[in-house]
Amino acid sequence: MTRLDLTRFPKMNAALKNRWPQFLLRAVTLAGFTFTILAGLMGSVVGSHNFAIIFVWIAWWTALKLFFIPFGGRSWCSICPIPMAGEWLQRGGILEPGKKKVGSGKRWPRFLRGNWLQAFGFLLIGLFSAVTLTSSKITAIVLLAIILLSLVLSLIFERRAFCSYLCPIGGFTGLYAQAGPVEVRVKEAEVCAAHSEKLCYDACPWGQYPLALKSSANCGLCMECLRVCPKDNIAVNLRPWGSDLQADTRHNLSEAFLGLVMLASALVDSAIFSGPWGNLKMAAYTIGSREWFLFAGIFMVSALILLPGFYALCVSWANKLGQKKRTLQQALARYSQVLVPLGLMAWIAFTISFAFVKFSYVLPVISDPLGWGWNLLGLQTKVGVGQSSAFVQILQVIVLAAGLFWTTQVTRRISGSNRQSIPLILFSSVFTLGMLWLLIG
Amino acid sequence: MDANSSHPAKVARSKLWFYGPVFVVIVLLILLVPLPQAASTPTDRTIRIEASRFQFVPGEIHVNPGDKVTVELISQDVVHGLSLDNYNFNLQAEPGQIVTGTFIANQSGVFRFRCSFTCGNLHPFMIGKLTVGSNYLLIRGIALAGLAVAGAFLSMWFSTTRHSQGVR
Repeated sequence: MTRLDLTRFPKMNAALKNRWPQFLLRAVTLAGFTFTILAGLMGSVVGSHNFAIIFVWIAWWTALKLFFIPFGGRSWCSICPIPMAGEWLQRGGILEPGKKKVGSGKRWPRFLRGNWLQAFGFLLIGLFSAVTLTSSKITAIVLLAIILLSLVLSLIFERRAFCSYLCPIGGFTGLYAQAGPVEVRVKEAEVCAAHSEKLCYDACPWGQYPLALKSSANCGLCMECLRVCPKDNIAVNLRPWGSDLQADTRHNLSEAFLGLVMLASALVDSAIFSGPWGNLKMAAYTIGSREWFLFAGIFMVSALILLPGFYALCVSWANKLGQKKRTLQQALARYSQVLVPLGLMAWIAFTISFAFVKFSYVLPVISDPLGWGWNLLGLQTKVGVGQSSAFVQILQVIVLAAGLFWTTQVTRRISGSNRQSIPLILFSSVFTLGMLWLLIG
Repeated sequence: MDANSSHPAKVARSKLWFYGPVFVVIVLLILLVPLPQAASTPTDRTIRIEASRFQFVPGEIHVNPGDKVTVELISQDVVHGLSLDNYNFNLQAEPGQIVTGTFIANQSGVFRFRCSFTCGNLHPFMIGKLTVGSNYLLIRGIALAGLAVAGAFLSMWFSTTRHSQGVR
């Protein structure tokens, strides 16, 4: 399949190998992250007037889904400030690896590997989303807890243990990065096979060996392998969207679980944040109340039983229609690829309405980040109501239909026949119709 | 590619050039072709909406195209507003106060109405829904979803045919 290796261009190659551009970007994101925590703790308690809420949950969360993942895969992970401090200690230097390394370097427990914890983390976000997304203090505390947890784990475990196994956003970006148009791969497999020193593996904060990379899910695009490879054998490719979603790529059960949790979360978030059901919003908001427990119960049953049950039923049916028999576990893992374009486009469709309508909140908080009545930049300080235009609604319809088109293609590609792909297309169609109803119904 | 296969390959490519634009035209037709609304006599309606943190009651309202709609907004707790998407309609009510406003439902479809006065943490998501006539966009969306599935199969079939014929 067509690839464009960016390292073929000398200036691009030099920029990717140089640690400074990435360091400067990370310094900016670290400063923004620190300011966000301070704004959350010290600024206005009214979420829509606080930098922490608007920049994390409207600007950054939107940029992640509409820009970073669709056009850069896991590119956000390469400039994420959360693992920075731990990574500096682990490698004993800020810009370059040093000699005095700090940390026990233990291996992450085998039974905790995969995407299970990330999926449960995302479920937790969903359960408390109505509060986390609207309370600046809670947002700040969550961010602070995440950065501390990441630091502690990097002192105990080797490499980016937090990012690889715990970070819910890492799970989200990793899952959908498989559909993204960027990948790191080796140029010539023979060159790597003949090279006994695995400097690239040693340098990789994600514990990936580039020769074995078949999926971009666990590659954080940090470019360390590119920097240390003495054979100049690492390529940074632009590729067609969805290149990782093939009949011969390997997937595991935790990916299917993560994909299903993402679908359930997209449905629930659409219902809470775009729907007209006030009782549902209040139930999700009043944590600890009887209504909240009811909401949590319905959410859990939907995410852990109903949706996975429907998926398992469709996969089992598809498995029966195929000539090559697989165990149900193998089939569930294999078809997890179907959930990638389906979920990504559903999140994009949801985000379009969110971003367009709520963008009016961004400019005022730049001028008054703490909600203290400042007007630092002389911008408009009154928050507009925002509205969803006919254009936005048509765009949502097109995105969801394009998602179903893409999902159908992936389903057909990994199925043995048209007939075998029908059950998973049914699953995808029902989900798409559900999203359509929630967003424009 | 041998000489015998060039002809079917060209046929597959020419079919793609034919069906591709046809597909795009069908998409545009589904999205844009005007659909008639069911005939109904415009009437005057008065709708009382109670606003409290963070909900409107009723949250979903259905009217017919052309109806003259008078909204009575009453706030149950703090100051709330009501702004209707795509209509230049905005009300603001103090606690316990009833404010009224009237608009003609001259645009069909589904429109969100939102609280327009900051009323607390969930204020940006205090939303209701007004349906004027039939929700044709949902019907268009369902039709487009069906076309997406058919189009995906068609594109896969072309892709398979082209590869089997060795078309570059």
